[in-house]
Amino acid sequence: MGMTMTQKILAKHAGLETVVPGQLIRAKLDMVLGNDITSPVAINEFEKSGFDSVFDRTKISLVMDHFTPNKDIKAAKQCQQCRNFADKYDILNYYDVGNVGIEHALLPEKGLVVPSDCVIGADSHTCTYGALGAFSTGVGSTDMAAGMATGEAWFKVPTAIKFNLTGKLGKWVSGKDVILHIIGMIGVDGALYQSMEFTGEGLKSLSMDDRLCMANMAIEAGAKNGIFEVDEVTLAYVKGRTDRQFEVMKADPDAEYSRVIDIDLSEIRPTVSFPHLPENTKTIDEIAKMDKIKIDQVVIGSCTNGRYSDLETAAKVVKGKKVAKGVRAIVIPATQQIYLDALKNGLLETFIEAGMVVSAPTCGPCLGGHMGILAPGERAVSTTNRNFVGRMGDTTSEVYLASPAIAAASALTGYISDVQE
Amino acid sequence: MKAHGIVHKYGDNVDTDVIIPARYLNTADHKELASHCMEDIDKDFVNKVKPGDIMVANMNFGCGSSREHAPIAIKESGIACVIASTFARIFYRNAINIGLPILECDAAAKDIDAGNEVDIDFDTGIITNVTKGRTYQAQPFPDFIKEIINKGGLLKSIKG
Repeated sequence: MGMTMTQKILAKHAGLETVVPGQLIRAKLDMVLGNDITSPVAINEFEKSGFDSVFDRTKISLVMDHFTPNKDIKAAKQCQQCRNFADKYDILNYYDVGNVGIEHALLPEKGLVVPSDCVIGADSHTCTYGALGAFSTGVGSTDMAAGMATGEAWFKVPTAIKFNLTGKLGKWVSGKDVILHIIGMIGVDGALYQSMEFTGEGLKSLSMDDRLCMANMAIEAGAKNGIFEVDEVTLAYVKGRTDRQFEVMKADPDAEYSRVIDIDLSEIRPTVSFPHLPENTKTIDEIAKMDKIKIDQVVIGSCTNGRYSDLETAAKVVKGKKVAKGVRAIVIPATQQIYLDALKNGLLETFIEAGMVVSAPTCGPCLGGHMGILAPGERAVSTTNRNFVGRMGDTTSEVYLASPAIAAASALTGYISDVQE
Repeated sequence: MKAHGIVHKYGDNVDTDVIIPARYLNTADHKELASHCMEDIDKDFVNKVKPGDIMVANMNFGCGSSREHAPIAIKESGIACVIASTFARIFYRNAINIGLPILECDAAAKDIDAGNEVDIDFDTGIITNVTKGRTYQAQPFPDFIKEIINKGGLLKSIKG
C-alpha cells in the first residue's frame, strides 16, 4: 500500500521502510519548540526527572512570544526561567524581546524548518510548518521535555484527508477564507487524529503566507497536522533562508485516504467564524443579509495572519480612511522583520493615520493574555484562530474570526463588512 | 487500578481555554492552576469537586490549545478519571504523559448524567454506573501506552 506525505516523513524519521495507519512509532526530531507559557512546565519536568543534557542545542527553539514584553511579574519570572535554561544548555535558538517574533511566523522566516522535517512544538499551532512540506505537530510540555532530552517523540501514524485544490482565489479572498470554509464544512473534530494533506493544481496560486495560514488552522479541525505538497513556491521561500539539504517527499500515487475533498478556490467567498467555535462559519454574502453586527475591537495579527502580506492587504483597505468611532483597531506585526518591512514600506504610517495602534510582536490578545482584552459583552473581529468562550477576555465577550481584508473593512465601518470599493 | 466517584458532566468540544483560561497561564504551579479549573464553563466546579470524582463529557474533549496546564489542573483538582466520547489528540497524549487516567467510551459518555455514582476498572475497561445499574465497555489502551502509564508517565518511562 502506498503512503501519504505524512506517512512517508514519519517512516523516514522512524527508520522504517513503511508505516501503516494506527502503527505506534518513535520518530527522530529535527526541531523541538516551546514558548514562554509551555516551556516552564517542560523545564520543571526535565529537571525533576534528573536530565542534565539536551539532545542537540541547535535543534531546540525557545520563543518568548505569548506574554511578552512581560505583562506582569509572574510572566517575567516564566521568561527568566526559560532564559536561565537557555543559558545553561547554550540553546542556539532562544528568542526574547528585541529579536522575538510570534513563534510560527518566526521559525519559517529564520529557515529553521525545511521540507520533510519532523517537528514537535509545545504549542497547538505548531502544525503551521506543514505549509513547508514538513510533518509538524503540537504536543504538550512533557513531550517537549522528552523531546529536548532524547530528540525523539512517539506518534500514532495517522490516516489522511486529501484536499484537492483547483482554480484561483478571487480578489480580497485569502487562505484564511479557504481554511475557515473547510472547518465550517468538516467541523472542529472533522479531521480528529488525521492529517489534512493539500495538493492539486490550485496550489500554485496560493502564496506561502496563504499556506502558512491554512496549515496553522488544521488544529482547529482537530487534525494532527496539515501539510502542503512541496512546489516551486515552497522551494523559493526556503532558498536563502538555510543551507540545510532536504529531500522532497510526495504522496505515493496509490496512497490511501479516509476521504478526498475537492475545493474550487474560485468559489470561496470571504468567510467569518461566529462565536464560539471556528466551525460556525458564514460567508460575507450571508452576513450582508443579516442585521448589522456592531463591533468594539479589531485585531490584525497572530501566528495565523500577522505576516507581511496580511498587513499589506489591511493597509490597502484602510489607506486614506479612518477607523469608525468607537472601534479600537490593533495591528500586530508577527516578527521584527515584518515590523521593519512594514515600517520601510509605509504600512505603519497608513495604519497610524487611519487611527489604528501598532504593537510589538506578541501573541497578546489572541489568547486573552494582554494588549487588547475585551470587556463584558464586547465584540471583536479578529484575524486570529480561536473564538472560544472567554478566549479574548470576559466570558460574555465575542470573537468573530476573519481575514485581514474583512477585519480591516470592518474597522472602517464599525460592523462586520466586506471591503467597500 | 480502580476509581469510584461522583460525576461532573459537560458537553461537546470542551476546550482547554475554558478548562484553564490563559489569563492564569503566568504560573506553572499545580495548586494555583487547580484553583481556576473549569472557571469559564463551570464557576462552581472548584467548590463542588471532591478527591476521586469523575469528569464525563461528549465529543472532542480538550480541543484547542496544547497547554498541559489543562490536564494538570484537572488532575490536581482531584479528578480520578475523565471519560469522553472522543478526546482532542493533544489533550489525549498530555493526559497519558502526566498520568491522568482517561477513557474513550461513547456509550458511557452519552448515558452518564451529572451526579451519577460511577465505578471504573482500568484493567478491564469496564465502567459501572452504580446509580443507573448499567455497565459500559471502554476501549482498552494499546500496550505501548499502558507501559507509559504503568511506569508513571512519559519521562519516567524514558528515564527507566
